[in-house]
Amino acid sequence: MYNAFFSLIKRDLRMAFRHKSEILNPLFFFVIVVTLFPLGISPDKHILAEIGPGIIWVAALLAAMLSLDSLFRSDYEDGTLELMLLSEHPLSVLVLAKIIVHWLVTGFPIIVFSPLLGTVMFLNGEAIETLMITLLLGTPILSLIGAIGMALVVALKRGGMLLSLLVLPLYIPVLIFSSNAVGSSMAGLSISGQLYFLAAFLIFCITLAPIATSAALRVSLE
Amino acid sequence: MNAVTKAKTNPVMKFIYHFASPKHFYRISGKLVPWFGWLAVILLIIGSIDGLFVAPVDYQQGDSYRIIFIHVPAAWMSMFIYMVMAVSGAIGLIWKIKLADVVASSSAPIGAAFTFLALVTGAIWGKPMWGAWWVWDARLTAELILLFLYLGFMALEAAIEDPRAAARACAILAIVGVVNIPIIHYSVEWWNTLHQGATVTKFDKPSIHISMLIPLLIMAVGFKLYYAAVVLVRARNKVLYAEQNNRWVKDLVKSGC
Repeated sequence: MYNAFFSLIKRDLRMAFRHKSEILNPLFFFVIVVTLFPLGISPDKHILAEIGPGIIWVAALLAAMLSLDSLFRSDYEDGTLELMLLSEHPLSVLVLAKIIVHWLVTGFPIIVFSPLLGTVMFLNGEAIETLMITLLLGTPILSLIGAIGMALVVALKRGGMLLSLLVLPLYIPVLIFSSNAVGSSMAGLSISGQLYFLAAFLIFCITLAPIATSAALRVSLE
Repeated sequence: MNAVTKAKTNPVMKFIYHFASPKHFYRISGKLVPWFGWLAVILLIIGSIDGLFVAPVDYQQGDSYRIIFIHVPAAWMSMFIYMVMAVSGAIGLIWKIKLADVVASSSAPIGAAFTFLALVTGAIWGKPMWGAWWVWDARLTAELILLFLYLGFMALEAAIEDPRAAARACAILAIVGVVNIPIIHYSVEWWNTLHQGATVTKFDKPSIHISMLIPLLIMAVGFKLYYAAVVLVRARNKVLYAEQNNRWVKDLVKSGC
């Protein structure tokens, strides 16, 4: 089982690095969306510092959601997913491997680039640190919950719009706690409560989301 | 599969499977609908008269508080119906009872309508009380998110062509939603709160006066019965449509009802 888990991680990573756009596109999207806000609202330092945490988080949310297609789509189209369903290994473990790779490929680059965006949004050093911690705790949740939604729509021809309807309401707690933590740390307040919540939610999702995802995949591929 | 075969040998489950069969459901629900429907009409009339004319005027909010006799039962129903959808979805997934899927999918539009009603009545009440049609208050926002969850459920159902697969996918979505609702609720609550606290469901003595509580509860029961009647009518239609090639439906059509 561990063998299958790790070889699936290796395979998916190799596939992702062969299609570099899979890694770069969500990242570009993230950067572009954040750039639009100063242009649309105001370049004023105080306004941007105030709305910055929320904007960066909303952009990360959208980038994670739009990249979900790469999670199962190509495997569904070439039949790999069907073989995974038939394999002797528990589907939820295989699904977890795929989700981890999805996070490494889309969530991790966002974390790496976030200090840059935090700086252009005039967040202070402390807030940028918090931003990175919340992204570290929050983006895996986005991949985990998103996987459930993606598994439900993978067999549909035009699932993109539908996916956002299904997944975005479930992303709300992450958005609330993360952007609040960043805002609070900018004001010099304690943020341990928010971080504990995010950590708890992450563990909750790691435990249950793969099970729900594999149930959804079985429905979609029936 | 295993749960199903095991369940079919159990006498209680055998009974349930028997009465959950489309034919029996159609027969029994046909008898229940008028009862639920007429009781709902009577209770809603009594509750409205009691709430609008008999109940005393609120010392702070004047007469405009009277919208709670619609608003609060609608908000209760919006949550109750989502629970019904998740539970019947789970029943459909585990024991493969088709009727449970039918109930879940028939409930969704009704639940969405109640959620919408709760939001609209809340906005109408909020204008004179808070001075704004909408405020980003925790309960309002949580209710709005609930509406999004309903819309997602209905959109997913509409997108999948095979009704059986649609029902199972929607059941998973409803269960995931139900697990998330408390998390969403508390995170939003924590985020911002302006709404008045719960006045009926407190564990100690409710802080609402008994003369206002009685019409409120009558309306709540009336709303529940209305839902029961409407969901049965919708479910009956769906059952008939799904079973259109079966003999009992053809016989029914021939006999002219």
